[in-house]
Amino acid sequence: MNWFKYSSPQSFFPLAGTLAFWFGALALAACAAGLYIGFFRAPTDAQQGEAYRIIFIHVPAAWMSMFLYLVMAFWAGLGLAFNTRLSGMMASAIAPTGALFTFLALWTGSLWGKPTWGTWWVWDARLTSELILLFLYFGFMALQAAIDDPRRADKAGAVLALVGVVNIPIIYFSVKWWNTLHQGASVSLTKAPTMAATMLAGMIVMAFGFWFYSIAAALMRARCIMLERERASDWTVEYARGSA
Amino acid sequence: MNWASWDNFLAMGGYAFYVWGSYLAALGLVIAEIVLLALRKRKVLGRLRAGRPGSR
Repeated sequence: MNWFKYSSPQSFFPLAGTLAFWFGALALAACAAGLYIGFFRAPTDAQQGEAYRIIFIHVPAAWMSMFLYLVMAFWAGLGLAFNTRLSGMMASAIAPTGALFTFLALWTGSLWGKPTWGTWWVWDARLTSELILLFLYFGFMALQAAIDDPRRADKAGAVLALVGVVNIPIIYFSVKWWNTLHQGASVSLTKAPTMAATMLAGMIVMAFGFWFYSIAAALMRARCIMLERERASDWTVEYARGSA
Repeated sequence: MNWASWDNFLAMGGYAFYVWGSYLAALGLVIAEIVLLALRKRKVLGRLRAGRPGSR
């Protein structure tokens, strides 16, 4: 199988449509299972009562906010290095979904902070660096929108995305490097999780649901971008007429 | 089973505002994104069908 075949928008377009559908279906199934575990299997928290159930949105959203940024920067860097058309389109397609999950992580964190910490917001290192991540996504989108030529917009955006990568380890390690009101990681690669197994299971399944959703949404957006940018070529016009 | 009744479930142990505020925001944003993507696709397809070089 020749993978380079799919580096051209024309041949990737139908594949992206098929993948978006199936990842969307997987996302729906995983989120349904995750919500069932989260609300009906996971027990009430001994200290926080039911308020902790925000975790099933908050932690997966925060993970996705960082992960999607890395994937976006990867595609942006690839486009910058090899000047491939599709890479820049993928980076642009991921940004709004990344911003969505970053906003969601901050929003749910705020709603969780009020009943447990007694405040909606503090300027601690974790919250502040996550807010900077949201501004990086907005900055990337605004910069791209401000430049008319898509190839130049991709290049400028790629530089911004790559410089911003430095913020990801800062977010991740902020709870270790600084004394934050935000708690340390309950789940990490280096030690056993410090939470009940059903709570962890709900969180992981929701994270997969959000991941699959992100893939589906990014591919749907990539398809729009392909149609917009390739509007002068025959295949987009043929596709539009065929789908009427 | 965690919930004695439907009301009990909705009350979320007194944290309804915070818990449902989180879940509804997530649901709302996801639905909004899907709708916006569908509209964006419809718009570009319409332009492609119209096929006026000036508008493309």
